[in-house]
Amino acid sequence: MSVSKNDKPVDALLDVKGLPTFGFGHRSPMWWGTMGLVAIESTVFALAIMAYFYLRSHAAAWPQTGQPPDLLWGTLNTAIMMGSMIPNHFAKRAAERMDLPRVRLWMVVCMLVSIAFLAVRVLEFKTLNTHWDSSAYGSIVWMLMGLHTTHLITDAYDSLVLTVLMFTGPLEGKRFVDVSENAGYWYFVVLSWIPIYAVIYWGARI
Amino acid sequence: MSVVESRAQACLKPEDAALLEQTWSDPPGVRGWFSAINHKTISLRFMITTFVFFVLGGLLALAIRLQLAGPDGKVVGADMYNQLFTMHGSTMMFLFAVPVMQAVATYLVPLMIGARSVAFPRMNAFAYWIFTLGGMMLFIAFFLNVGPDAGWFAYVPLSSLQYSPTKRVDIWAQMITFTEMAGLMEAIVLITTILKMRAPGMTLNRMPLFVWTILATSFMVLFSMPAVMLASTALITDRLVNTQFFNPLKGGDALLWQHLFWFFGHPEVYMIFIPPLGMISSIVATFSRRPVVGYAAMVLAVIATAFFAFGLWVHHMFATNLPELGKTFFTAASLMIAIPTAIQIFCWIATLWTGRIHLRTPLLFVLAFFFILVAGGLTGLMLASVSLDTQLHDTHFVVAHLHYVLMGGAVFPLFGAFYYWFPKFTGRLLNESLGRWNFWLFFIGFNLTFFPMHVLGLQGMPRRVYTYPAAMEWGGLNLAATVGAFTIAVSVLLFIINVLRSRRHGEPAGADPWGAGTLEWSVPSPPPAANYEMVPVVHARDPLWEAPGLPSHVSGLANDYREILVTSVADARLDHRLWLPSSSLAPFVTALATSVLFVGSIFTPWAVVWAAIPVAIGATWWFWPKKDIVEQRTGSEVSPYDVEAES
Repeated sequence: MSVSKNDKPVDALLDVKGLPTFGFGHRSPMWWGTMGLVAIESTVFALAIMAYFYLRSHAAAWPQTGQPPDLLWGTLNTAIMMGSMIPNHFAKRAAERMDLPRVRLWMVVCMLVSIAFLAVRVLEFKTLNTHWDSSAYGSIVWMLMGLHTTHLITDAYDSLVLTVLMFTGPLEGKRFVDVSENAGYWYFVVLSWIPIYAVIYWGARI
Repeated sequence: MSVVESRAQACLKPEDAALLEQTWSDPPGVRGWFSAINHKTISLRFMITTFVFFVLGGLLALAIRLQLAGPDGKVVGADMYNQLFTMHGSTMMFLFAVPVMQAVATYLVPLMIGARSVAFPRMNAFAYWIFTLGGMMLFIAFFLNVGPDAGWFAYVPLSSLQYSPTKRVDIWAQMITFTEMAGLMEAIVLITTILKMRAPGMTLNRMPLFVWTILATSFMVLFSMPAVMLASTALITDRLVNTQFFNPLKGGDALLWQHLFWFFGHPEVYMIFIPPLGMISSIVATFSRRPVVGYAAMVLAVIATAFFAFGLWVHHMFATNLPELGKTFFTAASLMIAIPTAIQIFCWIATLWTGRIHLRTPLLFVLAFFFILVAGGLTGLMLASVSLDTQLHDTHFVVAHLHYVLMGGAVFPLFGAFYYWFPKFTGRLLNESLGRWNFWLFFIGFNLTFFPMHVLGLQGMPRRVYTYPAAMEWGGLNLAATVGAFTIAVSVLLFIINVLRSRRHGEPAGADPWGAGTLEWSVPSPPPAANYEMVPVVHARDPLWEAPGLPSHVSGLANDYREILVTSVADARLDHRLWLPSSSLAPFVTALATSVLFVGSIFTPWAVVWAAIPVAIGATWWFWPKKDIVEQRTGSEVSPYDVEAES
């Protein structure tokens, strides 16, 4: 059961030379790593939302101090984030077709959109109408906003690094898998905003 | 046995084997030491580090026992005593029990599934460094007299700024951040390794039971550790920037802490307990000379335990003002989880019953597990009853119960596992007679320490009191417990001596000293850097106990770079080849930067902002591809679309 001197297998061996050297989607370990992160962070968001309603159920008035957050910037940002899924979709599709020029194009568009939602996020914080230290209500609202904003910033930074790499290289096929997974993570970051938006902006109203 | 002996080692030509060894080895020198990412190197360091914390936690316990040995003890004062039990609990739970299981798993899982590495080897190294630096922070703080002192579960309001005004609780909260971050990363590493990197033919149905337990545990980590991270973040922001999560005057709620903590804390018990179930299955099978009875039942029992573990957390809160109906539900769930555990115990008994038993040291530790865990499980059933729990809450009965469960359920099998796999790690067997001394002193010392605590608890001795008056008449049983604790210390000392001696002078083990059936025993001890010269093809659950099938091995993987085989999730069919990254200093440097961020944030919230910059630089350096490596890679790149087009 060993390979003899003249390289002829004595025994039947399973030759894997022809296999591809990368794969997209759940074929790739990177997909599983990303899904692991998504599972962890979804749990964090879900627990923070449960903490919000736990505190709300124990409060005589909600919000405990001040007004509910202004709807304008939060709703606008929800629209921007949902809109960002369009260039994100095209970036993912281009990556899976290994079409470098389009990957570059759509990633740049994604970066521009991320500047927009980060800027509006600053305005959102200014119109929350509560402070983290004024009441438990303020604390959990800021916690939810802080958690999600951390995701926006890290995801924007990840995407920026990847976008730069797409222009400067060095490139190989595996990097298209990275772009595809990065786009998948982007979906998570913007879609997880929907329940958080509902809680922050409507949990204080309904 | 004839099958085992006639099985020839599949091997490469010597020059190819040497090249493969060099490819997967860690670089030399000091810089190389910090750049190491081979899973076996990292895992050995991880195991040693957790064991050092185990010894430190044990020394803290000895100090506790000295103080309590007699009435009106004067060894330490109340303040030091608070630090001692907090440090002991935090160390054993966060720096030993959960991480040691992951440490062992990162060594064994790739070998058991026929893989050359773990997935994400650099993240694996990063997690190790984060863990180590976090543990060091805790002990440095303790030696600087800022050791945490609010108990290992740091209940508010005691842990709030009002009642704990110094930095002690902040240190505790950031220790949580360090260790849980490391634990979560290890969980991702292990899940991906298990699901995507099994050797061809190792369907889920052929996976060793130990690997199943690690898979279940890792999923539990994903869904439970976020709770304690969120809780400790809320605690530290309450303390540092005046958030009001746990302050009832501003609408906060102290029970929120308990819910979040135990939503993690109860599954944690099972994260500590489930991996040893897999170790036991490995040991029982090998020393009964037959596969474990009821493979499917065993797997389902492990998965059921992992699920039920999330429905028990409120039984830590029976002494609070929760609705009675809710408590009833958690009583039922707490009783129900005994069922899958019982199924497993019956399967092992059936295995031992129908097998040919070889009573070696690993099996001794497993047999002790049966005895101790059943006792601890039964007191658990007692505590699951609300009325009894209200009586026994926060007494030494609970201390006895939790040590019976955790020591019996985890530490005894873990020691058995060390005796069992030590030959694989080092190439030499541990000394058997020292092993028996180690075992018997441990077993007797353990029961002498903790059995009296049941009685002390029933007599009303609370936990976490630094002393007691002679009139309570608790002195005799406490003295017995202290003698027991020192007996355990002697037994652990014998273990350390055994390890240090056997590492150099032990009996050479060869590839398979026990005649075991799983894949890790098919490679030399210690295994080569790439684990397998040729990746095996799996045809059975216990490949070494069955006639070899064809094809026997994989050919066509590269020897001159770190190439691995990726297979499908359920059936482990061939999918693609993948280049893993090479050794790098970046994980260590990024871990240092991350530690600066975590420790800095204890003193100023702005550390989260300015220290994020070096973290981002480190992570980018880590990710950024090297030109020469990419050029080498693109030369042999095969696109998935080319393969599809051909077929």
